[in-house]
Amino acid sequence: MPFGNTHNQLKMNYTAEQEYPDLSKHNNHMAKVLTLEMYENLRDKQTPSGFTVDDVIQTGVDNPGHPFIMTVGCVAGDEETYEVFKDLLDPIIEDRHGGYKPTDKHKTDLNPDNLQGGDDLDPNYVLSSRVRTGRSIRGFCLPPHCSRGERRAIEGLSVEALGALDGDLKGKYYALKDMTDEEQQQLIDDHFLFDKPVSPLLLASGMARDWPDARGIWHNDNKTFLVWVNEEDHLRVISMQKGGNMKEVFTRFCTGLTKIEELFKEKGHAFMWNEHLGYVLTCPSNLGTGLRGGVHVKLPNLSKHEKFGEVLKRLRLQKRGTGGVDTAAVGGVFDISNADRLGFSEVELVQMVVDGVKLLVEMEKRLEASQSIDDLMPEQK
Amino acid sequence: MASSFARVLSSKRKVGILSLVGAGSLTVGFFLNREQHVNAGAHVRRIYPPSAEYPDLRKHNNCMASHLTPAVYAKLSDKTTPNGYTLDEAIQTGVDNPGHPFIKTVGMVAGDEESYQVFADIFNPVIKERHNGYDPCTMKHPTDLDASKIRGGQFDEKYVLSSRVRTGRSIRGLSLPPACTRAERREVERVVIDALAGLKGDLAGKYFSLTQMTEQEQQQLIDDHFLFDKPVSPLLTCAGMARDWPDARGIWHNNEKTFLVWVNEEDHTRVISMEKGGNMKRVFERFCKGLLEVERLIQEKGWEFMWNERLGYILTCPSNLGTGLRAGVHVTLPRLSKDPRFPKILDNLRLQKRGTGGVDTAAVGNTFDISNLDRLGQSEVQLVQTVIDGVNYLIECERKLERGQDIKIPAPMSQFK
Repeated sequence: MPFGNTHNQLKMNYTAEQEYPDLSKHNNHMAKVLTLEMYENLRDKQTPSGFTVDDVIQTGVDNPGHPFIMTVGCVAGDEETYEVFKDLLDPIIEDRHGGYKPTDKHKTDLNPDNLQGGDDLDPNYVLSSRVRTGRSIRGFCLPPHCSRGERRAIEGLSVEALGALDGDLKGKYYALKDMTDEEQQQLIDDHFLFDKPVSPLLLASGMARDWPDARGIWHNDNKTFLVWVNEEDHLRVISMQKGGNMKEVFTRFCTGLTKIEELFKEKGHAFMWNEHLGYVLTCPSNLGTGLRGGVHVKLPNLSKHEKFGEVLKRLRLQKRGTGGVDTAAVGGVFDISNADRLGFSEVELVQMVVDGVKLLVEMEKRLEASQSIDDLMPEQK
Repeated sequence: MASSFARVLSSKRKVGILSLVGAGSLTVGFFLNREQHVNAGAHVRRIYPPSAEYPDLRKHNNCMASHLTPAVYAKLSDKTTPNGYTLDEAIQTGVDNPGHPFIKTVGMVAGDEESYQVFADIFNPVIKERHNGYDPCTMKHPTDLDASKIRGGQFDEKYVLSSRVRTGRSIRGLSLPPACTRAERREVERVVIDALAGLKGDLAGKYFSLTQMTEQEQQQLIDDHFLFDKPVSPLLTCAGMARDWPDARGIWHNNEKTFLVWVNEEDHTRVISMEKGGNMKRVFERFCKGLLEVERLIQEKGWEFMWNERLGYILTCPSNLGTGLRAGVHVTLPRLSKDPRFPKILDNLRLQKRGTGGVDTAAVGNTFDISNLDRLGQSEVQLVQTVIDGVNYLIECERKLERGQDIKIPAPMSQFK
């Protein structure tokens, strides 16, 4: 049960067969991996905070998935989940993250100087640039499992750390439960405000409990650096601006993150990180960098080309509508971002976006001029 | 830990384990069977003091929020029922759903029978508020399923289109929908459908499991208006009742389609007797016969329903304690419904109106769902009689208005007899 741990022994009065979920109609990563035998081996375990395998899989049991989209079907309740339930999570991670093995090491690189170019994406095509990631504070349970007291402590620490940012990062925190109507309207107009989750994928894991207690939005005065507190993760960090200067966006991203990490460390708190999984977040899909770097880019001609999908695949990019995941593109404008999260560093992923988008824009220009793009077809990265 | 739970479960078939211990302290509350003294569950994980965990209820308007003071929260927050259910779990739905300024929801649920004892300090005032002053500490709830006591009960079918009585029943010894494990839920299903399979005559019927029904069966159940869906109301989903859907959920009905049982929806069972037309007496007779027969059949196998003399039948939501009974009709009242005295008349008759889609729907074309307001403190016979007498009064008002005569607001009925 979310937050609780006192319930965990009750099911041990029944056999594993009696408790094993019916996954016959399911199509998610968890359902592919969780055999009865594995369930039997894991069901009497719990993390130090009391998170069990049933807690891990509840969202995947409740949401069988879509025949064409493969969801993860699992969440972590704390950092130790990934260790205690590695028999379940390692194969899921491997399947979701392109063959990433339990013995692989993940490289973290938040040095923006290592990014080549990226400051000159054509603003006639690239309308905006954005990089996001998440961070979890070590020692606290994650959103599916935290208590109100923990969530409030996370908020308090975050607000304190963010409050110490200065220069172009100086900003203000807006608690969801205290904001005025005017503040709320401004945040909506800025496209910063996040709502209570409605997706059953999130609700079933218990992340939306006690909404909007201890949730809030922080952003700098320039409105180019934004932090969500206690939404799907402890912190979601976003750097963004209009136009195609991804280098500037990424530089601010790295500077901001590094500063925030220092400020937390000064208070004795580290981010959850290890050399195998990189940054630890609630959903296994966001492990490693947790990074999605992308642009809104006009590709009306290229998007109709039969090779568009293949090009994106080779560039290790994915497309979404400009409303975000699961929306459709409007007016030929696409959200193009990195497909990977784990096994590549932040710099490597943003490099792929920068190089890839540059190529896509070149292809678009060729097609505008009714020229061929065959010679521009990339190799598989 | 496992051994104390084994003890609890092996003794589940003995009467009323209602006393329990949390974190070493005895609860105040009432004991039905003083022999049983059960050790509670594991130590509740607590890193912060209760004051840091107390929910922010300033914008809330539900019964739980009205009565959960910081002191009550602090007293109860580290207690658990023998199964391990906690206060935080019980109140989660009320924390997540602040309520509506005009509608006051209950805001908490029970995870098991013992919840009502372990957390009596919050449940009792909530019950008292919701059930119009019923005090579980001092009052007793009468149970009466003897349908022969009903007087009248055959309505004028010019006005009454259909008649229906529903209630719920919980299987003692198994956790309630907010807290049950998959195996417990499957056990509820097994026990219930085993008993239902023993029904005979006009009660003989068939079970349709939600996980296994065919397309044709599903369509038939939709056409009959029997099929229930996965709950979408956040009041229910936040309490955890929809977990593992549709595992171990199903619908049973008799061949004549007049007696229906829902398995593992909002309660272990919801039992419904209904017919077209105005023969409420017959609907209630079938209701009582079916319920008593099912009870006999589960007792043959060593099971029983959750019940005690203070709270009557124990169900998930405190609003359904006592009888859990809602008896009602779909009735057409074109003139009376437009009369400004209609709400007051209903109120004094201890009746409520709903649209014909059920709770929170609007009426369509002057046809209303009229049913009893009360659940606890009066027996099934008393409540159904109240509905019969009340609906007859409403029909008489409608007839008077048809003839151009004036109507009277009846004197208010007393709530507890």
